[in-house]
Amino acid sequence: MAVLTYREAIRAALAEELARDENVVLLGEEVAQFHGAYKVSEGLLEKFGPDRIVDTPISEAGFIGMGVGASMLGIRPVMELMFWSFYSVAFDQILNNAANVRYMSGGLINCPIVIRGPANGGTNVGATHSHTPENVLANHPGVKVIVPATARDAKGLLKSAIRDNDPCFFLENTILYGEKGEVPDTEELIPLGLADVKRTGTDLTIVTYGRCVLHSLAAAEILEKDHDISVEVVDLRTIRPLDFDTVLASVKKTHRVLIVEEQKPFASVGSQLAYMIQREAFDELDGPIHRLATIDAPAIYSPPVETEQLPNVPRVLKAALAAVA
Amino acid sequence: MANIIEMPKLSDTMTVGTLVKWLKQEGAVVKSGDILAEVETDKATMELECFFDGTILKIFAEAGAQVELGAPLCAVGKPGETVAVPAAPAKAPAAAAPAAPAPAPKPAAPAPTPVAHVAAAPAPAAPALAFGDRVKISPLAKKLAAELSVDPAAVQGSGPSGRIVRADIEAAAAGKSKISNLKSQMGGPSALAAPGAKGPIQVERTVAVSTMRGVIAKRLVESKTTIPHFYLEIEIDAEPLLNLREQLNKGLADAGVKLSVNDFILKGSAEALRRVPDVNAAWEGTQIRYLAAAHVSFAVALPDGLITPVVRDAHDKSIFQVSSEAKSLGKLAKDKKLKPDQFTGGTFCVSNLGMMGIPKFFPIINPPNAAILGVGATVTKPVVKNGQIVVGQTLTLTLSADHRVVDGAVGAQFLGALKAVLESPALLLV
Repeated sequence: MAVLTYREAIRAALAEELARDENVVLLGEEVAQFHGAYKVSEGLLEKFGPDRIVDTPISEAGFIGMGVGASMLGIRPVMELMFWSFYSVAFDQILNNAANVRYMSGGLINCPIVIRGPANGGTNVGATHSHTPENVLANHPGVKVIVPATARDAKGLLKSAIRDNDPCFFLENTILYGEKGEVPDTEELIPLGLADVKRTGTDLTIVTYGRCVLHSLAAAEILEKDHDISVEVVDLRTIRPLDFDTVLASVKKTHRVLIVEEQKPFASVGSQLAYMIQREAFDELDGPIHRLATIDAPAIYSPPVETEQLPNVPRVLKAALAAVA
Repeated sequence: MANIIEMPKLSDTMTVGTLVKWLKQEGAVVKSGDILAEVETDKATMELECFFDGTILKIFAEAGAQVELGAPLCAVGKPGETVAVPAAPAKAPAAAAPAAPAPAPKPAAPAPTPVAHVAAAPAPAAPALAFGDRVKISPLAKKLAAELSVDPAAVQGSGPSGRIVRADIEAAAAGKSKISNLKSQMGGPSALAAPGAKGPIQVERTVAVSTMRGVIAKRLVESKTTIPHFYLEIEIDAEPLLNLREQLNKGLADAGVKLSVNDFILKGSAEALRRVPDVNAAWEGTQIRYLAAAHVSFAVALPDGLITPVVRDAHDKSIFQVSSEAKSLGKLAKDKKLKPDQFTGGTFCVSNLGMMGIPKFFPIINPPNAAILGVGATVTKPVVKNGQIVVGQTLTLTLSADHRVVDGAVGAQFLGALKAVLESPALLLV
């Protein structure tokens, strides 16, 4: 297996799909000549030309709307947002039009658009650039929401998203772009809506996704070594559709649950999970469902304070110990 | 908060008891089941059993004192706890302290709400207090406790705020299986040892007979040797009953209604007693007393015995009242918090082993009752209906009756009446 960075894995997925299907195009702010704000699309303009790799103005409502329209006519656009934070500028296009067009057209029109880009805090870019809108997106029937944690998952899931006929929202993470991981040399399509048990354990289930998977795995090592607590880490990978069967199987095994998410806690993905777990596995629970989320405040600009606002390894450790008490 | 032990009603006619002597003194560490003192009633000298673990903080009644029913004898709690001196004099009525049984300090009474919520909003105080008495236990531990026949009330929780968690129940079950099967509740899994395990099935030992076991032994020997029991049984079609129960529980779920089959049996028994009142009677040697009210008692299994709380005036109560009373009495019984007037004075008794899968059995009469009903399990089996063999739900009821009071024909009429109301259970709703 090749070792790729998360960034390279996404680039490889784009390149493979661009080569496979001439209807696949990449549009976004600075994706072409500047090679992407985070260098994800490096080399793609040279390989696929300016008809398929297209720079857009700084106008999310405009270019996302264009992509939604193009997708209705058979193009498979991959739209890069420099920050998912500015999805709200195109809220109507994304969540009113794209999410509903199949339903509103009685099934006649598909909207196979992929919107991707980073959605995370932790880089001291301030409150308006640090949103994690997966809960808001997933609140809308008709869409798919993907938050990959590793290079392998990023590649396999992005390829599936590009081939999917629903609007797929692919939330990356600027801090993960440099993380390396093994990626199979042969083509791999990871189905949307399939969670992955990243670590098996018997005492506590941590349900998580995105960068928090890494925090959780690191905390699990310490819990095993220093506290003799065996932690199972379930990486959701896709928020919607949600692979609840895998979550449930793990809860029935460990009987204790901690949800870890880089999300503001109010009405978050974790809120929904906690509801579903208690509803379906009440008699399996040996303690309340615990949750570790971002501290409920606008993203804090001060670097040391922002670090503490987000889930991190010491916070996961503390929350895990409380969850097994 | 310290537990105040009061003078119990040790016989039906007792109004005062003489505290003969204390067997434990102030400062002594005691546990549930210990004998604290000897009390002489109008009939006998009996032992005063402790139902709490703790330290005797204060003794209120001196040896030799005449103590009225319900008056405080001593306080058991944690060392160092302060004990509010309860009201009610221990000795003669001379030192009449004002009756104020150390109530929990109340928060300042909320000022009457100005206008708005006049109609609704029941006082929130009661549920809040009730919640404090609940056993804190995780859902998994609760399920496990039921499976392993562990009484959560007897388990110390190790989780946050004393919550009982899985490990506590597993430890309790393991300890229990090591020590004895005697303590396991009736019918509970007799051992947790793996099948084929070698060695003794339990530790050989003797266990002193507890007060409760002594009372059970005495009364049942008296009953079985002096009362000429005879036995009747009848099979009823349980389908209408099960259907109605399901409809009511579904339809009234929002109102918190959850009727058990036993609730219908209790109410049905009261109704059958109304129709055949000769069974609601007691043998008194030279006379038979026919009783005006149907006070229906029911047997509740406890870890070390059983007790029969009484639903008073069940003939005058709706099935919903009977159900909620039976539920709260059952809980009090399991917590050993029944007051004497809650387990004495029954006129007819119901014993139900249906939930343990027993199809039928014949219980021993609980004197001075004239009869006792044995309730079996609901059984799914082929029955003949309208000339066709179909799948039916049946339930076998048995009656053990005192032939000095009830003759065979009267007993049969009673079971017939009970069958009639239980097969048309809507009658129990009017």
